[in-house]
Amino acid sequence: MSRGWYRLLYLVPFVAFLGLALFVLYHRIGTRSDPSLVPSQLADKKAPGFDLPALRPGEGKVASADFAGRPVVINFFASWCIPCRSEHPVLEALHRDGVEVIGVAYKDKPEATRQFLDQFGDPFKRIAADQDGRVGIDWGITGVPETYVLDKAGIVRFWQRAPLSEADAKKIEPLMQALAK
Amino acid sequence: MIVELGHYALILALFVALVQAAAPLTGAAIGNRALMALAGPAAQAQLLCLGIAFAVLMHAYIASDFSVLNVAENSHSAKPLVYKIAGVWGNHEGSMLLWVTVMALYGAAVASFGHTLPERLKARVLGVQGLLGVGIITFILFTSNPFQRLSPAPLEGHGLNPLLQDPGLAVHPPMLYMGYVGFSLTFSFAIAALIEGRVDPAWARWVRPWALAAWSFLTAGIALGSWWAYYDLGWGGWWFWDPVENASFMPWLAGTALIHSALVVEKRDALKRWTILLAIITFGLSLIGTFLVRSGVLTSVHAFAVDPARGLFILVLLLLVIGGGLLLYALRAANLEPGGLFQPISREGGLVLNNLLLATATATVFIGTLYPLFLDAVGGGTVSVGPPYFDSTFVPLMVPLLIAVSVGPLLPWKRGDVLGALARLKWVAAASLVAALVTWYAERGGPVMAVGGMAVACWLILGAFVSIGERIRLFGEWRGALNRARHLPRASWGMAIAHAGLGVAIIGMMGALWRVEDIRAVKSGEQFAVGPYQVRFDGTAEVPGPNYTAQEGRFTVTRGGTVFAMTPSKRRFTDPPQVVANTAIHTTGLSDLYLVLGDEDPQDGAWAVRAYYNPLIPLIWGGAGIMMLGGLCSLSDRRLRVGVPLKRPDLVSATAKG
Repeated sequence: MSRGWYRLLYLVPFVAFLGLALFVLYHRIGTRSDPSLVPSQLADKKAPGFDLPALRPGEGKVASADFAGRPVVINFFASWCIPCRSEHPVLEALHRDGVEVIGVAYKDKPEATRQFLDQFGDPFKRIAADQDGRVGIDWGITGVPETYVLDKAGIVRFWQRAPLSEADAKKIEPLMQALAK
Repeated sequence: MIVELGHYALILALFVALVQAAAPLTGAAIGNRALMALAGPAAQAQLLCLGIAFAVLMHAYIASDFSVLNVAENSHSAKPLVYKIAGVWGNHEGSMLLWVTVMALYGAAVASFGHTLPERLKARVLGVQGLLGVGIITFILFTSNPFQRLSPAPLEGHGLNPLLQDPGLAVHPPMLYMGYVGFSLTFSFAIAALIEGRVDPAWARWVRPWALAAWSFLTAGIALGSWWAYYDLGWGGWWFWDPVENASFMPWLAGTALIHSALVVEKRDALKRWTILLAIITFGLSLIGTFLVRSGVLTSVHAFAVDPARGLFILVLLLLVIGGGLLLYALRAANLEPGGLFQPISREGGLVLNNLLLATATATVFIGTLYPLFLDAVGGGTVSVGPPYFDSTFVPLMVPLLIAVSVGPLLPWKRGDVLGALARLKWVAAASLVAALVTWYAERGGPVMAVGGMAVACWLILGAFVSIGERIRLFGEWRGALNRARHLPRASWGMAIAHAGLGVAIIGMMGALWRVEDIRAVKSGEQFAVGPYQVRFDGTAEVPGPNYTAQEGRFTVTRGGTVFAMTPSKRRFTDPPQVVANTAIHTTGLSDLYLVLGDEDPQDGAWAVRAYYNPLIPLIWGGAGIMMLGGLCSLSDRRLRVGVPLKRPDLVSATAKG
């Protein structure tokens, strides 16, 4: 029973672990690239459209067609997402500086989102509720937070798969001004 | 001078560990009894050295010796004594020292109480412990030295993060480490068995008490951590699936599988290779849990960029320990004799199902926790998959497991009869159905989760009762039952208690679904209702604390005829400057009223107040406590108590032959 090829079975845990370890070692130690420089599959492409119910009662729907013709920042977030809390002040700063930020509440209960915004402040011009995560799939997001800057034609000009930092805000603001011209 | 003495003791510990590793392992390989006999004294000397080093660091904290970098960075002279002591393990360097000291404690315990272990096995176990000690002490000395001096010494320290200045968090890390590090012993036993090329029921009987002790401490550690998150973070939640929590939960899941599979090895001499693998994986997850969390690698991979030496050292250490263990497993596991056969429907079969589900659940949590790390590694960035992922992957795996928990103990070994077991559970099933219907009726349909959860909890608690009832034949001839109950092995009691505790904890978890939340701005004198309570706000007052000033909210709460006061506050610490909300919780043991004081509106003087009525939530920790008691009860079983196998030479000689 324990002869021949069967023995190779016991190598599986070791090989799996080794693969995992080498993967991390290679990527962490081998390359020290800036993650935000890696292009998205959406970079310089037209962003997928969406048409979602608005989070705030009485606002009807939030659709991508609503902001065609002007640049806009789209931010995927959720109340259960801890990194989102760290980027929240940056979104608030963008909002204060007059940047139009559209929030997409990803896989989140509307009441939980509202509570989150009550506590931390609401930097969003409009908020779409993507409760089942459909739009997240269309956009190919891998988690929250993710942020996109779209130009007048709805083409992705900036993309980040991580919480925004103040340095990012300094990049986004001039970009939005340039795109508005 | 005293500090240098501690540093010296730590360096000495490294050399003792080298001896503890080299001599017994060599001795066991060449059959030299003198070398093997070195293992015990070396393990005790190791504890002595590390105990001195740890005591010295604690002294530096108590005396507020800011010429020590670690103390200056993490302590403050105005801190209450208990947090000066807790500050020792409130940081990376100190916690590593605690970790390795606890490991020495376990090693010395084996050396001192393991008289019944065969000489060679004991030498190998302690030798592997010595190897682990070498790795971790080297790591401390070269990358995380807590005795680093600072010159000139500052007059005052930076202080400890106020969030950590909390009684729950003062005892949480030692408990957690007692758990994590306990699994280093099961790892050492597994490696020793692989080197020996033999695993038998006696081996399992020696391993199980250590696994049970580690599991019980880990249960307590996780429960304390979750309790802290509940009352300290002010969100009313008790589990957030955040990486730090998951890091302690993974070894717990694997360890739970381990104590069950070791049982099969002990009783039936089967599942040996799987148990060995599980022991290696459990300790691997404990290591990943400690190192990745403490070094900050798990929460932010950029910790590597901040301190590449430390990050690289951790990775190499993990690679050597886990990779080395798995490599040895790959080479030697096939040599272990396959053990007893059994039918799929049997106690063993049930435990295999338990192990499959727990292993899958561990893998699920592993993927969800480390996915952001891998994504970041390939250039993604820090994202969170969060509770939606765990709710849709982990929870469905738990349902069949929880249902099986009550059936398994009723199946006999070797070959069982599932229908017969279910027939004996028919009243339990009926009661669970009633529990579900009552929940459903009370909630008018309610969340499906709560209806199912209550039924499962009822199934577990009554199922545990039936498992004892069956053993003592309570339902047949109840006259002798009390006497039989007295003679029932403690392990059987332990199992029933732990399973029932799990049921109690599940009732508590379901309580979250009935939570009442209220967020409002109130002025002095205003009154509002939360659940069954009437809460009146009577304004705020400034109250000085030992190293903070508290803005205390005064609330008068009435329910029926009882009136009591609650005072949630905001503590303003000066070193480091930080404001921490201090929640007020009134508990009846079955439900909590939970008040958090927010900010004052400067315009109209109204205060933001968050209030939660949390029914059943205290049962989560009550249940965890019962589970831990179950583990300890099982630990006190006489066949596991050290020394007992000696009195039964028939058993020892039988296993030696087999």
